[in-house]
Amino acid sequence: MPEGSLCNKTPVDTMEQLQALLSDRRGVTYYQEMDQLDVNKKALATAIQNTCKSRIRTWLEICAHCGLCADACPYYLVNDKDPKQVPAYKIQSTLGEIVKRKGEVDNAFMQYVMDTAWSKCTCCNRCGMYCPFGIDMGIMFGYVRGLCFAQGFVPWELKIGSGMHRIFRAQMDVTQEDWIETCKWMEEEQEDDWPGLKIPIDVEGADLLYTVNAREVKHYPEDIAEAAILFHIAGENWTVASEGWEATSLSMFAGDWAACKMQVETVYESMKRLKPKRMITTECGHMYRATVLEGPYWAGYESGQPPVECIHYVEWVAEALRTGKLKIDPARKIKEPVTYQDSCNYIRNGGLGDVAREIISYVAEDFREMSPCREHNFCCGGGGGLNGIGRYRPQRDKGLEIKRDQILATEAKIVIAPCHNCWDAIRDLEEVFHIDISWTFLKPLLLSMVEVPEHLKPAED
Amino acid sequence: MYQFLTGPLLWLSFLIFFIGLIVRVVWYVRGLSWQMDRVPYTKHVSHGVKGALRSIFFWLLPFGTRRWKTRPAMTILFFVFHIGIVITPIFLLAHNIILRERWGISWATLPGPVADTLTIGVLVSALFLVLRRVAFSEVRILTSAYDYLLLAITVAPFFTGFLASLKVEGYLFWLYAHIISAEIMLIAIPLTKLSHIVLFFMSRGQLGMDYGIKRGGMKGRGLAW
Repeated sequence: MPEGSLCNKTPVDTMEQLQALLSDRRGVTYYQEMDQLDVNKKALATAIQNTCKSRIRTWLEICAHCGLCADACPYYLVNDKDPKQVPAYKIQSTLGEIVKRKGEVDNAFMQYVMDTAWSKCTCCNRCGMYCPFGIDMGIMFGYVRGLCFAQGFVPWELKIGSGMHRIFRAQMDVTQEDWIETCKWMEEEQEDDWPGLKIPIDVEGADLLYTVNAREVKHYPEDIAEAAILFHIAGENWTVASEGWEATSLSMFAGDWAACKMQVETVYESMKRLKPKRMITTECGHMYRATVLEGPYWAGYESGQPPVECIHYVEWVAEALRTGKLKIDPARKIKEPVTYQDSCNYIRNGGLGDVAREIISYVAEDFREMSPCREHNFCCGGGGGLNGIGRYRPQRDKGLEIKRDQILATEAKIVIAPCHNCWDAIRDLEEVFHIDISWTFLKPLLLSMVEVPEHLKPAED
Repeated sequence: MYQFLTGPLLWLSFLIFFIGLIVRVVWYVRGLSWQMDRVPYTKHVSHGVKGALRSIFFWLLPFGTRRWKTRPAMTILFFVFHIGIVITPIFLLAHNIILRERWGISWATLPGPVADTLTIGVLVSALFLVLRRVAFSEVRILTSAYDYLLLAITVAPFFTGFLASLKVEGYLFWLYAHIISAEIMLIAIPLTKLSHIVLFFMSRGQLGMDYGIKRGGMKGRGLAW
């Protein structure tokens, strides 16, 4: 059986395909079929020929095998310094071999590549900072994921995830109707407490176009309400888009570049249609990475810039606090020790470390940095899609240990984690290890301490 | 013999060395793709150049980066090894005498004891580089015979040249061995990963541009090397 009915080289473009995959509980049949999946060696060789160019080939060739990348990798450290977790070994034994053998590899090898690309690397890009040559194995594993995806060797959840983007232009099965209804519902919910609060849909020329993560719509719509309340308090002229409202990209984690392009183009279309001054993402790391940093290249923008200026939620919060649009009641600042989880996707890869510290200076009295921190921080343990892959749950949970120890060393009781993946990983960390910490996004935290202007308060009866 | 080794064979070695390295650089630059690499190399040039230069500069500075600071022993090995390899042959008095005899040009030279110290530094640090390949599991797993071969090719001219300079017994043998091993090294450089003598600058510059333009550089915070 070269191609399975579930595990195959065809991406998910229809509801039927999606339903079939979803009804395969935990991907049991999917992974059984994967054992039989043929490698299209010719296609693999062609892909390498066409896309593996001088940057990556040079990285693979000049690697001095010095091992200086080893302790840059959280998986190497947390797995008792297992040499098989050395980043250079991981990439040489996967992509290095594929290139050397010109695509002449078999099923078992591709499964090893898949397991390595998704369970031993979260594409956090930390190793790239520690290599004297600047060899960034996170970038290479991102590339490897694309090769794997094209061959059908992709974790079940991510095949579904990229299918969601292809069908719904969102990471979950949330339709445009669901989205608009949720906005209306959240608006109505706030009527009593926040008279005049609106979640404006499709307003042209707004100052801010707010984009969200579909999981907020599906699982915690209160996040949308919280965003709306904070914009309301800050007096922002903002809007959301009825189409192109979702800016995440599980397809980036899956290596499904065609779906990445489809997804990001719908977001860019909404920017072009609504002509906002700026676009702002929710508290999500990979969304910023996908739509703001990588998306322009998928969409073919030579400038490397999205159609309008895009900012991460933390940038808006820092700006609102700086300019006094949001005022913090000093009495309600956090008194307990608090730490901040630097997200790889917008701190290391987006340069927003200072912005995050600026926010902290307004909201916390006893801030404790993790060690290492900022650009050098370790991945939360759940990045790159790893949080959501059942097959690699043991590896994911093992990786959480490094974050647990970092947090414990700060003696902080609260972890501020303005990134969905980090937030999830830290929640799971508490479930696994019970270290008695709490974790939070910025929105609920700000709402607990922001000063509400008199005119926005509901009238007394 | 001497005439041949330092005549046609030396010319050939230098020819392969220089042309090979030029080919390497041209191939590297031509293979860059703004879309595939997701770095707009030709846009935002000032950010890109700044990022590239910072990246190269701080990594060439001993203890200039976090990596060099957190691994001081390796840093010392690395710089003793590389400084000796680059400085010694270029500023060696003996090499400059040959240049003056042949072409009538020469430049500043190292005092003998300094050249000797640098050479011994290369040899000793090479020994430690071998030892760490054997001793440390994270290096051992990456190491193959090829790595030792390249190290041998690199060290041989220094070892043989040092012995020749001591005028030990069999001077002529060590002199010829020195010339031949140096020519092997010159030829090997563009053909092997020793090509990093130019590709280091390419690769570092590339990642520097990536961070300088895309990954935070335009937010005023490039990578904290």
